[in-house]
Amino acid sequence: MSSRLKEGKENLVERTKIQVKDLSVWFGSTQVLRGVNLDIKENRVTAIMGPSGCGKSTLIRTLNRMNDIIANCRTDGAVLLNGRNILDSTIDVVELRRKVGMVFQKPNPFPKSIYDNVAFGPKIHGMARGRELDELVERSLRDAALWDEVKDRLKMSALSLSGGQQQRLCIARALAVEPEVILMDEPCSALDPAATAKIESLMVSLKKNYTVVVVTHNMQQAARVSDFTAFLYLGEVIEYNDTKVVFNNPSNRLTEDFITGRFG
Amino acid sequence: MTNRELKAKIAFTAIRASALIVVAVACLLILHIVVNGYKIVSWSFILDSPRRGMTAGGIFPAIYGTVCLIVLTLAFALPIGLASAIYFSEYFGSKWSSLVIITRAASNILAGVPSIVYGLLGLGLFVLLTGFGFSLLSSSLTLSFLTLPVIIAASEEALHSVPLAYREAALALGATRWQTVRHAVLPYAIPGMITASILALSRAAGETAPILLTGAAYFLPRLPTSIFDQFMALPFHIFTLSTQSVNPAITRPIQYGTVLVLISLVLGMNLVAIMIRAYYRKRVRALL
Repeated sequence: MSSRLKEGKENLVERTKIQVKDLSVWFGSTQVLRGVNLDIKENRVTAIMGPSGCGKSTLIRTLNRMNDIIANCRTDGAVLLNGRNILDSTIDVVELRRKVGMVFQKPNPFPKSIYDNVAFGPKIHGMARGRELDELVERSLRDAALWDEVKDRLKMSALSLSGGQQQRLCIARALAVEPEVILMDEPCSALDPAATAKIESLMVSLKKNYTVVVVTHNMQQAARVSDFTAFLYLGEVIEYNDTKVVFNNPSNRLTEDFITGRFG
Repeated sequence: MTNRELKAKIAFTAIRASALIVVAVACLLILHIVVNGYKIVSWSFILDSPRRGMTAGGIFPAIYGTVCLIVLTLAFALPIGLASAIYFSEYFGSKWSSLVIITRAASNILAGVPSIVYGLLGLGLFVLLTGFGFSLLSSSLTLSFLTLPVIIAASEEALHSVPLAYREAALALGATRWQTVRHAVLPYAIPGMITASILALSRAAGETAPILLTGAAYFLPRLPTSIFDQFMALPFHIFTLSTQSVNPAITRPIQYGTVLVLISLVLGMNLVAIMIRAYYRKRVRALL
């Protein structure tokens, strides 16, 4: 902790949004995460990278307790969101997930209209209706850089959109419940380069209003979009630092091997 | 022709012949019944009561009884079956995994229990113990038990065919489990669940043993007016005509006619199920 404080003034003004403390996760008897510690800064993009199977998806899915739906999942340690441990059994998971939104690897819009997809969250939370809901839907679609492409066909099926548009729709849908944190689990792995570029620039613009955590196995993506990068290997955080530092001056041999493409 | 091609030809022919046997049996059965039964089926046959010791008249009370039975069975089995399927599929957490296995096994065992055993269960439980007597109520409850495992299994399958991604999407938006089921799962599973239930029910409509022991009557001068009345039913009527006839030569055409009506009813229900499925498939495809 003290070493990071020395890195510069910038870090001093940054607020920690999520603090992961000694987090270990097991699926059955297999330990997937081993004592992970991570401070995720508010209004920054934090990338979690690592080779397949290193536990990065498990880590991000712990941040909104999505692992709860997986059988035999056991968690140890703490994850503090705004200082409160979200792994505590007294936490209202529904309220947590409203604050911590998620975008998945494969675009997963409901087979409903574009409008209804974005309105789904606000409706179930009773946030808005009628004109107010229309405005919320528009705002969310604008924030997800999709409004101009779909404003004339809001009533059309979400499944008529391209893969990249569907993913931005899923981002809009997540934004519509007005979360504080957006988790993205390899959001571009099913997309072509052009669509990927759009999502990446979206990530950067989203950090103005949200804290963004993105999981990626693509280190160039981590380098392009993130302010902080964690390198995860076999369930352990090997290195976590300013993205520039991680890529230009990695302190661990494994990180260096990974970013130079020697494995992964 | 090489040896390999010959083998392929023989295999293909054998497979096709097997499939054709199924078609042939189905066609023969239907054809035989239609040819022997169509002459007697008329409006008066459908709307009249049996007369002169069932050697004349129609089969209206049996049709009426079977329809009542189907409706009541549907009323009992559908809500319980759909709710159970939703519970098993959507609410059983990981902590209950051994309970899941036990319940699945129980459901499978129930599905394999012979219908006569259900009849005896109904007789003991509904007719005698709860005192519902020989009645529409006892019979439809018994048939509900019989169809429940089938409805549950088929409905669970329909629920499992809804992509996990929809559930994850809803949960990640902060939907409660019920909201997830209600808005992100059920809309896509309900057509399959309803279709499966109707098919299960059409099977039950033709069951004889369970109703024989719980409320179906050999002959009744009046139609049932309450769920505590006994009733006549098509399958039991066929059983009666074919085993208790005073004059088989005269009752045989009536028997064929009754079989034709029962088969039409069952196939009609299957047709409705297929139409419902086709309608919803089209609606879902319109969204794709």
